Amino acid sequence: MVSINRVLPVPKRAANTRPLVVRITHWVNAFAMICMILSGWRIYNASPLFPFIFPPWATLGGWLAGALAWHFAAMWLLVANGLVYVAYGFLSGYFRRTLLPLTRVQLWQDFSAALALRLEHRAGAYNAVQRLLYIAVLLLGATAVLSGLAIWKPVQFAPLTALLGGYDTARLVHFLAMAGIAGFIIIHLALVVLVPRTLLSMITGRPGHQHATEVRL
Amino acid sequence: MSPPGPSKPSAADYGQGLARLQRRLLLRHGLSVGALTLLTGCNLQDGDAVDRVLWAMSRWNDRVQAALFNPNRLAPTYTESAITDPFPFNAYYSEAEVRTVDTNAWRLELSGRIAEKRPWSVEQLRTLPQVSQITRHVCVEGWSAIGKWRGVPFRTFLERVGADTRARYVGFRCFDDYYSSIDMATALHPQTILALDYREAPLPPKYGSPLKLRVPTKLGFKNPKYIAALFVTNDYPGGYWEDKGYNWFSGS
Repeated sequence: MVSINRVLPVPKRAANTRPLVVRITHWVNAFAMICMILSGWRIYNASPLFPFIFPPWATLGGWLAGALAWHFAAMWLLVANGLVYVAYGFLSGYFRRTLLPLTRVQLWQDFSAALALRLEHRAGAYNAVQRLLYIAVLLLGATAVLSGLAIWKPVQFAPLTALLGGYDTARLVHFLAMAGIAGFIIIHLALVVLVPRTLLSMITGRPGHQHATEVRL
Repeated sequence: MSPPGPSKPSAADYGQGLARLQRRLLLRHGLSVGALTLLTGCNLQDGDAVDRVLWAMSRWNDRVQAALFNPNRLAPTYTESAITDPFPFNAYYSEAEVRTVDTNAWRLELSGRIAEKRPWSVEQLRTLPQVSQITRHVCVEGWSAIGKWRGVPFRTFLERVGADTRARYVGFRCFDDYYSSIDMATALHPQTILALDYREAPLPPKYGSPLKLRVPTKLGFKNPKYIAALFVTNDYPGGYWEDKGYNWFSGS
């Protein structure tokens, strides 16, 4: 099998380093996403969809109007930054290089290895489970933005709101997208704790070690 | 700073209210800003600066929403069977504290950039053309409910009294001490009505008797009930919740 990154004239450095655009957009996104989720929790608390609320100390904005102000300010940062990242990801070949190919066989192998806690971390390359998770969280992010627009403007964007099943369903979709992203963040942070040098590489762009290492618990 | 359109507020319009809000918000979310600072490692300790950014963004969002507002886009309408029953009561006080007024003695007072300022009685309002709508009321808290309102198209009323429809705002004063204001483009939207009836009967006290503004293109708190007076102006009138920090345009 010929992998795509052998066919394309990719600079050798690119395979092992994180591009500056990715590092910057990652951290801007981390800030914007945390603002969106924590202020979103406070907004949720004003009219909960489920029989629970988020602990007020864990929310952002202090009260409903403050939370809304945060939410509708941070959304511009989230979307603008997200567009830069996605445009870069497609145009530079970064997505194709890092997220593809994704085959069922590979996914099954890597998933089994992960469950057995024997999945190795290869600096600069994602395993199939990582690829699936990164693709999923990108789709969740897009879903969160679209469902957010649908409940922000159910009249002006009425076709979008209708596409998402109407106002109430779009609100539920918005919540579930948040829950999915929050779940991703928990896994993401847990893996950073397991392989701390990935944190450094997301800042400096350089992988910690050139050789594959095995993470075992 | 001079805004390009007649319905767009300028920074100066917000001045005093914003200063008040900034202080209030600073106090209220100081703790959360602190938490965020810990989470992100960013220096957000100067709450005043953060609040200034938030308020600048809210004014920016007013402009974006005014630009997004399509005067010809109608809010979705529903069938009778979709009506939420009972339709929820909502105000800045509890239902037990609803104030009532003698409907026969009540008059709608007019002021500002309006040619004919004589007050209107309920009976006089009923002589004007009436339309009804079944639309969704979306609350800023997130919940929504579908109701049926009937009354005078606000555009018809404004034209009838010789209002300056090139002015920027229409403001409302209510006898429950609530107040709010909307942009002129929204005031002239075909679904913006001076509602006299809820379903098939005159508005009951809990839904704003005798007069409520129904604006299906805006959030619920931009639909003032218990209206006592309205005025047309170019000076930003603010609102009860808007002055406390909720986004002014709040379009749907």
